[in-house]
Amino acid sequence: MSHEHTEANIEHHHPKGHEHAGIGHAVPMWFLAFICAILLILTGITVFSSFVDFNEWHMPEMNLTLALIIATVKACIVCLYFMHLRWDRPFVSFIFITSVILLALFIGFAITDTKEYQPLVDQNDSPLIQDRLTELGLEK
Amino acid sequence: MTQVPMEHDHHEAGLHGHDVHDAHHDHPKELGHHWDNLNQQFEAGKLGMWLFLATEILLFGGLFCGYAIWRGNHPDIFAYGSQFLSVKWGAINTCVLLLSSMTMAMGVTMAQRGNKPGLIICLVLTLLGAFGFLGIKYVEYSHKFHEGLLPGIAFYEKPSDSHIWVEIEEQAGDQQETSIATDVAESKEEAELQMARADLPVMPAAEATTNEPAAIGPSGLNQSRVVQEEETYRVFYKEGRIAAQEDQAAMAEYAEHPEEAMRELEKHPLQDPDRPPNAQKFFTIYFLMTGLHGIHVVVGVIVILWLIYLTFRGRFSPHYYTPVDCGGLYWHVVDLIWIFLFPLFYLI
Amino acid sequence: MTTIPVPPSQPVTPELARDNYLTYTRGIWSWLFTLDHKRIGVMYLCGVLSMFFVGGIFALLVRTQLLTPEGAVFNDNANYNRAFTLHGAIMVFLVIIPSVPAALGNFVLPIMLGAKDVAFPRLNLFSFWLWMAGAVFFILVLVNVDGGLDTGWTFYTPYSTTDGMAFGGVLWAVIGVFILGFSSIFTGMNFIVTIHRLRPPGMTWFRMPLFLWALYATALIQVLATPVLGITVALLFMERLFGMGFFNPALGGDPVLYQHFFWFYSHPAVYIMILPAMGIISELISVHSHKHIFGYRFIAFSSIAIAVFGFLVWGHHMFTSGQSQLINVIFSAITFSVSIPSAIKVFNWLATLYRGSISLNTPMLYALGFIVIFAIGGLTGLHLGTLATDIHLHDTYFVVAHFHYVMMGSALIAMIGGMHHWWPKMTGRMYNENWGRFGFALVFIGFNVTFFTQFALGSQGMPRRYATYNGMVLTDLYHLYHVISTIGSYILALGFFVTAGYLLHSIFAGKRAPDNPWGGRSLEWQCTSPPPHDNFKEAPTVGDCYDYSVLEWDESQQGYKWREDIERPGNPHVSGKDGHA
Repeated sequence: MSHEHTEANIEHHHPKGHEHAGIGHAVPMWFLAFICAILLILTGITVFSSFVDFNEWHMPEMNLTLALIIATVKACIVCLYFMHLRWDRPFVSFIFITSVILLALFIGFAITDTKEYQPLVDQNDSPLIQDRLTELGLEK
Repeated sequence: MTQVPMEHDHHEAGLHGHDVHDAHHDHPKELGHHWDNLNQQFEAGKLGMWLFLATEILLFGGLFCGYAIWRGNHPDIFAYGSQFLSVKWGAINTCVLLLSSMTMAMGVTMAQRGNKPGLIICLVLTLLGAFGFLGIKYVEYSHKFHEGLLPGIAFYEKPSDSHIWVEIEEQAGDQQETSIATDVAESKEEAELQMARADLPVMPAAEATTNEPAAIGPSGLNQSRVVQEEETYRVFYKEGRIAAQEDQAAMAEYAEHPEEAMRELEKHPLQDPDRPPNAQKFFTIYFLMTGLHGIHVVVGVIVILWLIYLTFRGRFSPHYYTPVDCGGLYWHVVDLIWIFLFPLFYLI
Repeated sequence: MTTIPVPPSQPVTPELARDNYLTYTRGIWSWLFTLDHKRIGVMYLCGVLSMFFVGGIFALLVRTQLLTPEGAVFNDNANYNRAFTLHGAIMVFLVIIPSVPAALGNFVLPIMLGAKDVAFPRLNLFSFWLWMAGAVFFILVLVNVDGGLDTGWTFYTPYSTTDGMAFGGVLWAVIGVFILGFSSIFTGMNFIVTIHRLRPPGMTWFRMPLFLWALYATALIQVLATPVLGITVALLFMERLFGMGFFNPALGGDPVLYQHFFWFYSHPAVYIMILPAMGIISELISVHSHKHIFGYRFIAFSSIAIAVFGFLVWGHHMFTSGQSQLINVIFSAITFSVSIPSAIKVFNWLATLYRGSISLNTPMLYALGFIVIFAIGGLTGLHLGTLATDIHLHDTYFVVAHFHYVMMGSALIAMIGGMHHWWPKMTGRMYNENWGRFGFALVFIGFNVTFFTQFALGSQGMPRRYATYNGMVLTDLYHLYHVISTIGSYILALGFFVTAGYLLHSIFAGKRAPDNPWGGRSLEWQCTSPPPHDNFKEAPTVGDCYDYSVLEWDESQQGYKWREDIERPGNPHVSGKDGHA
């Protein structure tokens, strides 16, 4: 990786270029712009895919799945390159991934449970809402 | 602070290269008394920041959990509600945040290279991105507020300044009253008619249908069929006229703002018979999640302003830029969460 | 909170007086704005103990009310509701959760580790100030702002979010809980980073004292669970204020979802309370039986295992709340697995005691008491984790007895044991050992009389949180048990007053403590009592912190010292006589 030498006297000791005299890992500017371009393209793909009607191919949940996959890819790119996770200590990634796993666990258990008892829940407008609608003269 | 300043033992084992530009780093004032060297301190600061970011993920996680459960159980509410969000603005905001994330990352690189003007330019650009995001969010929010698309019970109130709310009751109010009065009068007459009929001897069915109403009895004398028909027609005509007026208004609106008028073809949720039950849930979770995210953006603005101030004061160097790095990490997480919020709310 | 005066009867050398952390700087502001982890720890301890006093008063009020079936104290049942709610909320959020990690942990952790301070001293002070701010909100609730708080410490919806049902104090209380949550998160962050980045050379992971392993596991839970509590109470606040309808079924919300949110934090929070307590016991058992801890790695990993399992069992609080049968079975099954790492710890402690040279000092008595009480508390947890028996026992005094055995009998007793253990280090004074043993006897007997009867009470069907119990089929039986339980609570209170008495007395008139009164081998016993401001002049090199063979009793200073025939490895801190004078 090569990049513009803004502080040549700091960096000339380091032939690899993206190293520098200070602490931490410096990512070259062009590379960050490149990453950002990829992210913008992925955003475009997400928007485009949301207008595709996957029902024609009998894949009703495909829009959501695709959007989430692309979002996860984007998130990973942001973490790895913008947030320097790729060059950071593994423990940092471990902490972050642990939090995501715990979140998945939380959502997983909670959604399994609510799905189970959902048949017992009244699926109409709830009582307070019906009262409000009656006040407005808008009951269905 | 009444702590007596202490002398530090400096074990700068990690700092071999001396930076000619920052001679004061031989006695770094940024180094806390309990650290051996700046690198150790930097690593610790970053680890602490990442732990904080993990807590941020779990803080938002509660709302993501609520979202998953509600959408999993009621996809119709989300499909319905997201019609009222503008994909255009959502996409623009995503791009704004991604670009500001890039400038923030570039700022960290600038700080690592000791490029002070570059760092300030990057931070200012990031700040502009943050303000841009907040501006667009303000436009979106104020639209929702005017339309009355609010979270929770507030959703079920008449909107303050709506484009899609049809004031049908007010326009039709007096006509409704007349038509109710007519209905009452008619049913009264009908009842009298029935009573009168009951008094009469039963007629064969065929005759009854062919007879003129005037011939039925005393009350039927002034009740000719023509009058009845006129009455029916009048009621019918009135409704038709209202519809025509609405069409005209819509046409005029369309001529002025064709794009908005396209949206106005939608019904206001409260007036829409196809509105799914508990439709306010979409806006509840939308406002909670984007609101919490917005609070984080505002905090981010404060952090960036503080970083700009510190940069002007010349506090950062390639050996000490922990606040820039941590502020950057925070800003990327704000971006990260929006990356998920955008498809989850706007693209359904 | 002022510095501790030196009694005239025992003159000390001026430089020594100047060089411990208590006398390093003077004046109230030097405490309130200190960045020294030891002072912050001591301030936490004072705060936690004063809140413990307040919570204890409410406990006594609740117990006294139940002396008669008609209620002996409160005319209005709402006042009884306020009393037990404040007792629970104060004890959980302001006392037990910060007691061991924030108070003792803050004091001990960096010294044990061989560091000069925690990683982020300013954040540490900020976290203490957040604790103070949270306490202020609870004091507001205490003086019945907006009618006070009567929801129970769990704030269950839709009761808590409905105007005209629960009192408005719930808004203030949840702000307090939110703030206290962040206080806890920052403490946890600080500990994790300290243990990762400030270990001196030689202090490897498996040379760390087990208390540090326990604090580390606790800190992981604090960081990863508490944010969910934050968002839960924030949602509760929004719900009550703006009618968001997140949890309110009348607005399309889901009250069972609230319980999922709440217990996702609050079950791991139980382990925030018990894990550091277990860490203290590991230290106490080993030091006071002068024997190497048995199964070091098993105890260390069981702490981590408990932390992990702690995240997987929250649903066992919700067996009767409308949770689905499928999830009930899953949570019940995982709940039983928590007993494995807990049992590993207990058996390892027993194995450590076996053939040890046990000194029955006050801290050791508390440790032994802990093992007994924790065994009862843990095993009764199995009754409650079983689906069928839980239907019968849920919301009865059996549950009350179970969690008091674990939270109070285990966590708080370990905390008090730890306080006795490190008291000489903190204050530089010895308390009276005989009074200490007497105080322990009162606490142990009082505790068991109070809460063991409640197991019987609950299994006979007495529901919890009832202000009166007249007119029930078993009223006479309940009455008898309640009277015994209340008498026990008075004995317990007396025990705590005795303890407070001799500890306060020791500050002013206790003997000067030697550097190592118990024969501990971990690093905090190698600096002076009380420690100097900077803990260590340079990072010490450490050996096996449970190897007591290198120490011997020194009659002259009434403490332990390094054996003269063994060379001291590295250069552990000797004392801080140089430097700041």
